[in-house]
Amino acid sequence: MKFALKVVAVTAAALCVSAAFAQKGEVVKIVRIDPLTGLLGPVGVSQLKGYQFFAEKYSGLPVPGNPGQPGNPAGVKFEITGIDNKLSPTESLNALKAAIDQGVRYVIQGNGSSVALALVDAVNKHNERNPGKEVIYLNDSAVDPDLTNSKCSFWHFRFDADTSMKMEAMGGFMADQKDIKKVYILGQNYSHGVQVAKYIKEVLARKRPDIQIVGEDLHPLAQVRDFAPYIAKIKATGADTVVSGNWGSDLSLLVKAANENGYTGKFFTYYTGVTGTPTALGTNGAGRVYQIAYSHYNMGGQMDKWMAEFKTKYNDDFYTGSTIRIYEMLGAGIAKAKSTDPVKVAAAMEGLKVTTFNGEVEMRKADHQLQQPLYMAVWQKADKKYPYSPENTGMTLAPVKEYPNYVSSTPTSCQMKRP
Amino acid sequence: MEFFIISMLNGLSYGLLLFMLSSGLTLIFSMMGVLNFAHASFYMVGAYVGYTVSGVVGFWPALILAPLIVGALGALFERFFLRKVHKFGHVPELLITFGLSYVIFELVQLIWGRIALNFRPPDLLQGPAFTLINHSVHGLRLLWGAAPAELCSAAEAGVRLVCSPFPATRGFMMLVALVMLGSVWLLLTRTRVGLVIQAALTHPETVESLGHNVPLVFMMVFGAGAALAGLAGVIGGSTFLTEPSMAATVGSVIFVVVVVGGMGSLSGAFLASVLIGVIQTFAVAFDYSLGTLAGQLGLQLGTYALGNSLIKLTLSQVAPILPYLFLVLILIFRPKGLLGTRED
Repeated sequence: MKFALKVVAVTAAALCVSAAFAQKGEVVKIVRIDPLTGLLGPVGVSQLKGYQFFAEKYSGLPVPGNPGQPGNPAGVKFEITGIDNKLSPTESLNALKAAIDQGVRYVIQGNGSSVALALVDAVNKHNERNPGKEVIYLNDSAVDPDLTNSKCSFWHFRFDADTSMKMEAMGGFMADQKDIKKVYILGQNYSHGVQVAKYIKEVLARKRPDIQIVGEDLHPLAQVRDFAPYIAKIKATGADTVVSGNWGSDLSLLVKAANENGYTGKFFTYYTGVTGTPTALGTNGAGRVYQIAYSHYNMGGQMDKWMAEFKTKYNDDFYTGSTIRIYEMLGAGIAKAKSTDPVKVAAAMEGLKVTTFNGEVEMRKADHQLQQPLYMAVWQKADKKYPYSPENTGMTLAPVKEYPNYVSSTPTSCQMKRP
Repeated sequence: MEFFIISMLNGLSYGLLLFMLSSGLTLIFSMMGVLNFAHASFYMVGAYVGYTVSGVVGFWPALILAPLIVGALGALFERFFLRKVHKFGHVPELLITFGLSYVIFELVQLIWGRIALNFRPPDLLQGPAFTLINHSVHGLRLLWGAAPAELCSAAEAGVRLVCSPFPATRGFMMLVALVMLGSVWLLLTRTRVGLVIQAALTHPETVESLGHNVPLVFMMVFGAGAALAGLAGVIGGSTFLTEPSMAATVGSVIFVVVVVGGMGSLSGAFLASVLIGVIQTFAVAFDYSLGTLAGQLGLQLGTYALGNSLIKLTLSQVAPILPYLFLVLILIFRPKGLLGTRED
């Protein structure tokens, strides 16, 4: 009897020990749903390479003494694949279904707030109807503020700074520039472009009511190849500054048309560093083109080494810093929850603070918006202080102002329903 | 003022590019009754082949060689595939060209990749062809080439000085389109080959009984149509963007041009393409919507009506779909097109 009791006790103890290390070596499958073909395909392809590059770096336990192999505290292995959604919300829902059928519990998406809004809805419904098979949606670039306000969801985590944060910083910067008098807003005609227009008007009305908004244009997403008519229109209004949330080909073709048609005003953008635009800008626009973002090309330290390694391996530039934050936060969340079950990990990631390449960032519990510093950078010639040059142009985006967490933070109206 | 001139030139250059594309399509349709769904794909192949050839021998030889290569591909397609389905009627011919467009789309991505290629125009065409300088006091002035920076910034206060450069690539596009129009017209009306082609259009059996090789004529016409699309591709690809979806973007518009201009009419295609190009370019400039129209007519609309998305829709936002609106209107009011000759 005593012997049987001892055997049972030892077995139970052994089982407990193995459960504690269950995450080590466990594979966490992630699927990225984003355009891999079409006009915005190059952006998606480049970003997927970034995810696969950093999946290796962040898998497994940390290697002591090697900051280039940070791993994660739980020792899990990250595996990431991509599914092409052709920038269409319907295709994205099919892709989500395919990922769920493959047993994937973590989904990443970023390019296209229209897709993001559809995905958030689909993930909410799926999680409600399939307890035990929940899926977490990690948003790396869709910046529509609604995703952390009216449409906030417990299952959605945003790693990019949303439009309200970026506009607050951009508006503040523009308010300090006394030579800006007439602003033209050019955007893509979907939720993101509409929100950018709305927020910049609101911020400028508050900080510099004397600035005149001389025009606003929304064009179809990823359809326009010839921006010459828009540039002609902008010139006719006499605008000295253009504010645009355009990305991918929409920004690179806009900038190309501006160069060809002799528009010499300032550009305030979100995505100058994204695939295609540095080449289209070339040496034009020095000192005139600005970008507001949560990172830039010359962050220093380990980030610089990784960017150089990425460039050598893929001959491409790495600019989606959210990739790193997702792996760090996911790794920390899994370790804190001691499990890879999405419900526990989501609860663990709320309110989590992580130290990353630009300081300490926090995943705000109220709305799942990452609180992080922002940088205003300007396009200029690469020099010794800021040497990294994207797409071999000889130019770079150099930071001119930093907005720490507490400055860039904006309030939320999210009423989150937790399971 | 310079806004009007530059916009007019932009619209004309875009319209002439459309004409280069749709002229081949309308030629093929009028000769053979085949609606070539793969025509925009030949445009795309022209751009990609032009990119590769110009990487080897330079842009100017590529301008001649790439259309010839695309024309040869078109002729071969006609000889080995299209001819076989000719006896089954028009619908199978349409289907085979439709299938060809898909095959070309995938082949292009397999050979050249899925990402847009950097097809740069030659150094001669970089920079502006001319610059319009509009000085509010001195008036409008034209300067060949690029204007130096001092001439573009206003020295005195209260003077509005605007420099509008017109890119050389667009000027070249217009030039090539006009030369091409002229030579095709001369070919069709002044040479023997052209007369045979024109006769084969309406009386193919008679022409064949006179001893002319009508199948060979058809093959040459298809090849020539494809070559015209290839030429448009080299120019369009270097001016705009060379990427796998370039066929899809122009594919629908050229059908609109052919229908609006009238099936089988070259001058109709010219008129329709220039009209569509100019109107689409100018439409971007106007921010008038139904709401503003109502306001000007004196109708008082409530805030709910003004906020309605249909009433708020401005002309500049619908500019890309204006060609399709024309298509619908032409089909309702004048189905044979503006200058159409065939009754189909």
